[in-house]
Amino acid sequence: MREAWTAAVFELSPDEWTAVRLSLQIALTATAFSLPLGILAAYALARWRFPGKMLLDGIIHLPLVLPPVVTGYILLMLLGRRGVLGAFLADHLGIVFSFRWTGAALACGVMGFPLMVRAIRLSIEAIDRRLEDAAGTLGANPIWTFALVTLPLALPGVVVGAILCFAKALGEFGATITFVSNIPGETQTISAAIFTYTQVPGGDANAWRLTAVAIVIALAALIVSEIVQRQASHRLAQFE
Amino acid sequence: MIRFDAAITLGAFSLDAAFEGDAGVVALFGRSGSGKSVTIALIAGLLRPDRGTIELDDRVLVDTAKNFFVPKHARRIGVVYQDAQLFPHLTVRQNLMFGRWFARRAAQTVAFDAVVETLGIGGLLARRPGRLSGGERQRVAIGRALLSSPRLLLMDEPLAALDEERKLEVLPLIERLRDEFKVPIVYVSHAVDEVARLASRVVVMNGGRVVAAGPVDEVFGPSQVHAGESRFGRSSVLTGRIAGTRASYGLTEIAHPSGTIWLAGPAGAAGREVHIVIRATDVTLATTRPQNLSVRTILTGTVATIEQGDGPLAAVTVDLMGHGHLLAMATRMAVDELALKRGDPVFALIKTVALDERSVAVTG
Repeated sequence: MREAWTAAVFELSPDEWTAVRLSLQIALTATAFSLPLGILAAYALARWRFPGKMLLDGIIHLPLVLPPVVTGYILLMLLGRRGVLGAFLADHLGIVFSFRWTGAALACGVMGFPLMVRAIRLSIEAIDRRLEDAAGTLGANPIWTFALVTLPLALPGVVVGAILCFAKALGEFGATITFVSNIPGETQTISAAIFTYTQVPGGDANAWRLTAVAIVIALAALIVSEIVQRQASHRLAQFE
Repeated sequence: MIRFDAAITLGAFSLDAAFEGDAGVVALFGRSGSGKSVTIALIAGLLRPDRGTIELDDRVLVDTAKNFFVPKHARRIGVVYQDAQLFPHLTVRQNLMFGRWFARRAAQTVAFDAVVETLGIGGLLARRPGRLSGGERQRVAIGRALLSSPRLLLMDEPLAALDEERKLEVLPLIERLRDEFKVPIVYVSHAVDEVARLASRVVVMNGGRVVAAGPVDEVFGPSQVHAGESRFGRSSVLTGRIAGTRASYGLTEIAHPSGTIWLAGPAGAAGREVHIVIRATDVTLATTRPQNLSVRTILTGTVATIEQGDGPLAAVTVDLMGHGHLLAMATRMAVDELALKRGDPVFALIKTVALDERSVAVTG
């Protein structure tokens, strides 16, 4: 009796495993694809002056302040099978986002993007520009300067930004469910699965197990982020 | 050979300056806010002038009329900043190799080992900049700039952030760079003694304009150059030749047409030309040749200018016999009681104890 109870609490069913695996897959994909773009956007916002900079800043931050359902709906309008961009991508390039896990990753990436850009931008802005100037006078062109000076010094912010984006992607619900629905095995993440289990009688045990998994993943992400930040401030203390 | 003629407006500040420099050290001298650092930034390519041309040797770096601008990474001009600006995430060795890696092999004019040895930083190579003292950091910064094989080295107050002891540790190294590696240097400073030790030419800036330029002893003679500074900051620079030493007393004898200058300490080999920095507050004036005094250095000359206001002090410039000017601070009362006026012959007394090896620089 006791063993059956522990099994019921700690052993995930195949469906639940699928939801966990999908969540990690979607969150990792979202983070990996957002990262280069996020670094570029953060660098542009921190270092460049160009017309429409405030507008770009606003657009990047929009998913942070809009209701997630609205963001999901905009994605559906743009990138759904009948959307403006979606139809083009599907007809000419064979890329389909709607009702696919790739669509979920896109929605999660969009939602996590502002958090990522913010963290990276702050760490780039904290770098003394004269270090970049010094690299220039030593013969490094702007690309080398970025690769050898700016990026390594901004690395703590890049890691924190990536973790924030990953955590946001794991927990994303509103935009994802609006854009790609809640299909078990394709787009059903931990959050969507918990939501589904709470809607059916006797689903509490399932919901509880997935909740525990979500807590473990979130805690792990927070701890990694904390360790990275501590190491960064330790390193900073060395050269002050 | 650097030819600079450029103008730039940055907010409320405007710079419009023209000067030339040749081999050796050219000093940009002036108070903070006089435009020295902006000039350095323009030469290095960190700023783009509104108007003008900048040329190094026979290569044009900037010509606004032709809309021509060489970016900073293609100029091969090394910069040493006041606060070193070492890359904190790299070791000392990696910092030193940074510019070297970008310099084409054919263009590498200085050897790594020679630089490391000259600067005495061999023991620091594995460390990170955060663990270095101010003087060590500055030496590494100089090495890093030098190892990029620059055609010109810009030094923006490289000693300003160091205490007296560290300054004495780094200053001779800069002299060795000048003499051993033959790199032309533009040296920014507001310290007369540093400029006198290092530079052959000095360009004095004030409010974004060049107000004087020429050989160090000429420029630092006329007192108006330093007008407005505190009385302790005012000095003059004399050029002399080491005549010999009085080893039993530990003194050095420096010959100047107006008299013998005695120095408490070593200065260099006999026959070498030296610059001597003499603080105006260390000079006493007399209208007759004094006797029975402990002062050993007595120079002869005539009063050139007397600068005084309502305050208790007056600045007297003495044209020394032969060449050179000497600035003396005296009270206004003394000037009146001695009835000093322009053209009067005077004797300038300098306490030997006020001059030691820190006051001189061998220049030739």
